[in-house]
Amino acid sequence: MIKNDFPILSQEINNKPLIYLDNASTTQKPTSVINKIADYYKNINSNIHRGVHYLSQKSTEEYENSRIKVHKFIGSKSTKEIVFVRGTTEAINLVANSYVKPLLSKGDNIIISQMEHHANIVPWQMITKEKESEIKIIPMNENGELIIEKLEELIDKNTKFVSVNHVSNTLGTINPIEKLIDIAHENNIKIMIDGAQAVQHMKVNVKEINADFYCFSGHKMYGPTGIGVLYAKEEILEDMEPYQGGGDMIKSVTFEKTVYNDIPNRFEAGTPNVAGAIGLGEAIDFIENITIEKIEKNEMELLNYATEKISCIDNVKIIGNSSKKASVISFIIDGIHPHDIGTILDKLGIAIRAGHHCTQPIMDFYEIPATARASFAIYNTKEDIDKLVDAIEKTKDVFS
Amino acid sequence: MNDFDDLYMEVILDHNKNPRNKGNIDKHTNHANGHNPLCGDKIALDLIIEDNIVKDIKFTGSGCAISTASSSILTEAIIGKKTSEIRHLFEEFHELVTTDNKEKNNLGKLTVFKGVKKYPARVKCATLAWHTLIAAIDGDKEVSTE
Repeated sequence: MIKNDFPILSQEINNKPLIYLDNASTTQKPTSVINKIADYYKNINSNIHRGVHYLSQKSTEEYENSRIKVHKFIGSKSTKEIVFVRGTTEAINLVANSYVKPLLSKGDNIIISQMEHHANIVPWQMITKEKESEIKIIPMNENGELIIEKLEELIDKNTKFVSVNHVSNTLGTINPIEKLIDIAHENNIKIMIDGAQAVQHMKVNVKEINADFYCFSGHKMYGPTGIGVLYAKEEILEDMEPYQGGGDMIKSVTFEKTVYNDIPNRFEAGTPNVAGAIGLGEAIDFIENITIEKIEKNEMELLNYATEKISCIDNVKIIGNSSKKASVISFIIDGIHPHDIGTILDKLGIAIRAGHHCTQPIMDFYEIPATARASFAIYNTKEDIDKLVDAIEKTKDVFS
Repeated sequence: MNDFDDLYMEVILDHNKNPRNKGNIDKHTNHANGHNPLCGDKIALDLIIEDNIVKDIKFTGSGCAISTASSSILTEAIIGKKTSEIRHLFEEFHELVTTDNKEKNNLGKLTVFKGVKKYPARVKCATLAWHTLIAAIDGDKEVSTE
């Protein structure tokens, strides 16, 4: 049982065995990742790219080895295209400030979609406000699918960038990113894909999809918090301004002049999250040992099973019915606020997310304040879903 | 009794299902809107205050069971009370839902919210109506619990 690889899952919450269904927020960590991080601090801890001593060389080697693992995991051309960041949010802020902001003039626009996480909205608002430019929105339909034909209508001569998520964290929608990327490129516009909800569920090859930028977080793919990845094409990174200044991102510094380091180190100022990067490398090994194909197959079975079961419950409505979905189900119950659902489920040992999921524009679209959301990972089972369904029935009883 | 009555006491469930004093007062003297951006809870209060005494209060809004029941029970608790008494009552109520301090002399039915203190994430649900009430008494129009 894969569940046994995750020590946290063996505990009881409110005297009930924990059923963890909040994986779109963050996944739990397998023993191998926990041990790898502990081993780093017990035996290897040292600053990277600096010392000539043994430990510094060892930690540098492990850190760079993780970069190689990421490069292979997403199929980039080289390790130069892999920048370690704190997470998806930092990756988007980095691209917004270092790549897009210098391109923007008054009257220009950036295109995002209606189903973006706040992390793929706010950084664009910050730079467009400063540059007196605007944000345009690719709309979605009632099923929670992007109306991609609208992208072509939205693009004009002042469009400087497109940024869209691969998978919606609230709706589970898998967006047709290849088509979006093609449309952007036909118009000579660069595009970024927020893959925070994708890489843990399905095979992603950045070269094949031809994304200019792609980013994701370690903690949603069985790795530690505080580490994430920005992928960008080498030629783009070469031309980009640094995001932060500091140690490790420079070749030489005098008070008159600084020569910046080569990519990707130019974008990794200061001592990075070394343990986090190494833990992420181990999480990639964990995924690859199981294989992403098997993870996807298991999760699709769970999604279909859960969708069928939850659809059958009276007065329960699933929000997000795209024909292509990852293992995320948002739902509402007539007359019961999602926070009350969340509290009752918690008392039954079931962890779900209740709220707007950092996607208030989606809530506004459906005219609801919030949803309850169950999201599945490799360690979840059909029994977990049966318990979820029972708990939804119990919730209805309490408030009947 | 239900399995969840450390938080969802029957009185709370009843007031959630059948909220008292729901509606508007056209000729109100005081009014305020409250908003909890985190949960999306919204409440609007209309009051008639004469000689510093609340003569009538009605509320509208949408929110979770805790927030709806808190609004409903609050309206019943404060009609006929002086605004100074209401301020004191809010202090006691706030202590009830955030501390273990046992001495509550004036809360009456409001003590059904004592379970909230075990659920820090839900404190704002229970206090939104109260913050909005104090804003209305003070003549403020908007309050946001962030």
